[in-house]
Amino acid sequence: MSEDARFGLDKSVRLLGPLPLDSGGELAPVELAYETYGSLNADVSNAVLICHALTMDQYVASTHPLTGKGGWWTDMVGPGKPIDTNRHFVICANVIGSCMGSSGPATINPATEKPWGMDFPVLTIADMVRAQALLLDHLGIERLHAVIGGSMGGMQAISWTALYPERVKSAVIIASAARHSAQNIAFHEVGRQAIMADPRWRGGAYYADDDPPSSGLAVARMAAHITYLSEAGLTEKFGRRLQDREAKTFGFDADFQVESYLRHQGISFVDRFDANSYLYITRAMDYFDLAEAHGGTLAHAFKGSKTRFCLISFDTDWLYPTSESRTIVHALNAAGAAASFVELSSAFGHDSFLLENPEMNRIVDGFLKAGETG
Amino acid sequence: MSKLRPDLQIIADNISPNARVLDIGCGDGALMAALRDQKKVDARGLEIDPANVASAVSKGLSVVQGDADTDLSAYPDGSFDYAILSQTLQTTHRPNAILEELLRIGKQAFVSFPNFAHWRVRMSLLVGGRMPVTRLLPQTWYDTPNIHHVTIDDFRALVRDGKLKQQGEWFLSGDKQTSRAMANLLAEHAVFLLRK
Repeated sequence: MSEDARFGLDKSVRLLGPLPLDSGGELAPVELAYETYGSLNADVSNAVLICHALTMDQYVASTHPLTGKGGWWTDMVGPGKPIDTNRHFVICANVIGSCMGSSGPATINPATEKPWGMDFPVLTIADMVRAQALLLDHLGIERLHAVIGGSMGGMQAISWTALYPERVKSAVIIASAARHSAQNIAFHEVGRQAIMADPRWRGGAYYADDDPPSSGLAVARMAAHITYLSEAGLTEKFGRRLQDREAKTFGFDADFQVESYLRHQGISFVDRFDANSYLYITRAMDYFDLAEAHGGTLAHAFKGSKTRFCLISFDTDWLYPTSESRTIVHALNAAGAAASFVELSSAFGHDSFLLENPEMNRIVDGFLKAGETG
Repeated sequence: MSKLRPDLQIIADNISPNARVLDIGCGDGALMAALRDQKKVDARGLEIDPANVASAVSKGLSVVQGDADTDLSAYPDGSFDYAILSQTLQTTHRPNAILEELLRIGKQAFVSFPNFAHWRVRMSLLVGGRMPVTRLLPQTWYDTPNIHHVTIDDFRALVRDGKLKQQGEWFLSGDKQTSRAMANLLAEHAVFLLRK
């Protein structure tokens, strides 16, 4: 098939499905919004699937239509970058459950011709991956050169290797985990409760009035944002410095820079994200436990796997700490899979995977290139 | 192709083609790359230093960052033809336990280490009265990673006490192989091949 090699292009497709879901239900049709970069080669061997994190989207290397900001991983994806759009055919699809064009609570339920709201089925990470597999079928791609993701994207990438081992030659899993810990679930529950406590949430049926629970979603974002940063990073960036004032006001305005920063994060987030999507995607992450789906032994997920694995963690990431990556590495070693793993040093906590990091780029670049010579 | 460190060259020369190899303390992966390129060996590595791991992974090698003292238990019994521990034994917390792990994971094990009974080391301690700093042991006592110094005779005793079988031994002085005779005095470096 011929693909336009220009960047972005805001593609979308409506696939008939039905997509069977882990909950027992099914989703049909399956709408998928995605971006592609570069060209598929003649033997269809250069496809790289990028899986995005919780609040990210398909605009990995192209301008976001709502914010006007550049792509979220342009240090990693582009001409001459480790994920090289001159060499690779790069695909990034909005996960189902999200709000940037793929099926989710804000899209239309064909049965009612109204937005799904909370009637949208509860999803899992595996459901998101199966939807991506439908997209690859549609694009005529049988086997991926690589699947790559950070955070929730890493959960999808590792699920790809377990669900479709024969379709994945290499997998890169960055700042991620094979299951959500009690602490991870706890933080997400705070976010969900903030949304559902907003009187404008109204059981998720707020689309008709165009009056979403922005306050609740902003608080959810503020709480989550703290978990993406390190204490040292916050201290370095803000310390106890005051925001545009000489002295404390003895009130509850944003006296501190860190308060102002978090408020800004919350307010700007609600312009580009749907509160119900936030509920659905955090739920999918909380349900994630790859070992559970394999008799409680993570190594069984990788039994006989021919996939090459590369895992990267960051020393200041306390949301998905190195120990979580190491658990995956031990399971890969136990299964005899070809695994690489390195913990990189960075001051920026979980967010490190999104920031410029020459060492991360060098590792991903070498790992992908090595898979192209063999 | 850059030249391998002499002890690694000995190991490379004595590994059969297409073997499965686990290199524990693999550094930047020089031996693994040579084995892969010259003998089609399926090599995996474990290395504690992140910069070394990054170098090895960017060469396309399968290396995981980890510690021989804590990260070997995940590997299944007999999953490799060879386990290699080069110039690492003396840095581990429990060398005897590591040796057991090597021969649990690998059907055979290569172990190389600097000989603390080499005459230069002995002279340095005897005459100088200070912890030896030699060309093979270049760090001072307080910043050396070597926490369990070992001599060739000590190692032989450990092999004997563990009822392990010695399949081969090689000795080095500088870059040159030296004879077995008086190795404990004359060899700077030893390489042993063991099995259960």
